[in-house]
Amino acid sequence: MWRFFHKMGSPKHFYRIAGAWIPWLTMICAGFMLVGLYQGLWVAPADYQQGESYRIMFVHVPAAWMSLFIYVVMAGAGAIGLIWHMKLAEVIAISSAHIGASFTFLALVTGSIWGKPMWGTWWVWDARLTSELILLFLYLGVIALHNAVEDKRTAARATSILAIVGVVNIPIIHYSVEWWNTLHQGPTVTKFDAPSIDVRMLIPLLLMAVAFKLFYAVVVLMRARCEILQRERNTQWVRQLAGGSY
Amino acid sequence: MGEFFHMGGYAFYVWTSYGLTLIVLLANLLAPLRQRRKILADLARRDRRERNMK
Amino acid sequence: MNTRSTSRAFTLLLRRDLTLAFRQRAEMINPLLFFVLVTALFPLGIGAEPALLRSIGPGIIWVAALLAAMLSLDSVFRSDFEDGSLEHFLLSAHPLSVLVLAKTLAHWLITGLPLLVVAPLLGLLLDLSADAVWTLIVTLALGTPVLSMVGAIGVALTVGLRRGGMILSLLVLPLYVPVLIFAANAVDTASAGLPITAHLSLLTALLALACSLSPVATAAALKISLS
Repeated sequence: MWRFFHKMGSPKHFYRIAGAWIPWLTMICAGFMLVGLYQGLWVAPADYQQGESYRIMFVHVPAAWMSLFIYVVMAGAGAIGLIWHMKLAEVIAISSAHIGASFTFLALVTGSIWGKPMWGTWWVWDARLTSELILLFLYLGVIALHNAVEDKRTAARATSILAIVGVVNIPIIHYSVEWWNTLHQGPTVTKFDAPSIDVRMLIPLLLMAVAFKLFYAVVVLMRARCEILQRERNTQWVRQLAGGSY
Repeated sequence: MGEFFHMGGYAFYVWTSYGLTLIVLLANLLAPLRQRRKILADLARRDRRERNMK
Repeated sequence: MNTRSTSRAFTLLLRRDLTLAFRQRAEMINPLLFFVLVTALFPLGIGAEPALLRSIGPGIIWVAALLAAMLSLDSVFRSDFEDGSLEHFLLSAHPLSVLVLAKTLAHWLITGLPLLVVAPLLGLLLDLSADAVWTLIVTLALGTPVLSMVGAIGVALTVGLRRGGMILSLLVLPLYVPVLIFAANAVDTASAGLPITAHLSLLTALLALACSLSPVATAAALKISLS
């Protein structure tokens, strides 16, 4: 068991093992996504109040969940990298940043599109959307800091600190934005949070959530492999890998 | 079937959202693929250069 | 620094920074002028109707305070970084977080505290009631230290970078949002005559959190930036 973790800590073994997992994870992810889409777009009934437009929820909500989940993973991996000097943890952390940012962006855009037929405008300062917007800036800050520092190891450690500071602040920001929203809210109630959700709507939602998580696993492994190739480019095994590829 | 695409009049909103999701997911998949190919090609080029210099 | 006690090191560093800042008194005025100028721009941009100004005044002043704090952040570590003193701090026997706290406190005294003095003037410009102005001063007193401390983390992360100033805003402004929300709303609520104990408690909690955690984060960030 410990040997497994020890092996995983080695970039070379991780590269190989991740490469073997990726196709399987992709297939399982595709399976969940297809079933989830089928359930969400075809099987689930129309909503009593929102009609068919509520189906956007099946991509918006999982994307929003992922945006938070990935930030926490990024901060956690960053912390592990800082405390135990694990290269692999640093790699996972920085590989997650772009993916997380894109999910946040997706959550914002789908949230905005969902809001248009409901509230008539393309943007509302809803508590959730506003929190997502700030989260996007937190992600962009991590990415910008990483790009600004030249040495990869220093960059990884600096962004780990930033990610940890961010993750501590996220609940504070979320709470403050919610509080702010209750003060200035108009008569409309947010539809992003149905009080009791029909099980036929819950199933596709959970299926899509799992699908997105698996998707994140696939992409983070792919990105991590690229990152490892770059970091380890002067080692024997990478040279052999590159040498044999043409 | 037509009803499915029509989405009760919300076709634009629903399909744009799902379309954007597809684009974001595909972009996330393709970027590392291209990057990996590029890195390996760059490394191979560097290798060749170093061997020629010897 | 040739001292044995950490608290003595703290006081010495604090006095050193304050003395250095006072030697360039003109520099100290700049954030203040910025603060007033930005606030004054808003009536020019949106119209000078008193009711309108009174309703958005607190928000404007607080956003201006955020921007002023951010612009002045660079000075926390910049000059020490450039002349090498920062590395001496890292090598010192005293805990870096204590030294960082001294520097941040000095920074706040130089750039944050003056904002409190100027606040009544701004209240005048935006036609705020006496209650609102008083609350403004209290929220600035509680909030600007948080801005300095949280900002110091961002500066520590970017001090070694060439264009650090530009991404500093991106790093730090999202973290400033809770302070902005609670403080601006406190002033708003106070001008409506309602109690603001909740707001002040929240701001105090943020201050306590910043005081306890940010020096540690800043110290860690400095060690990384200078490695």
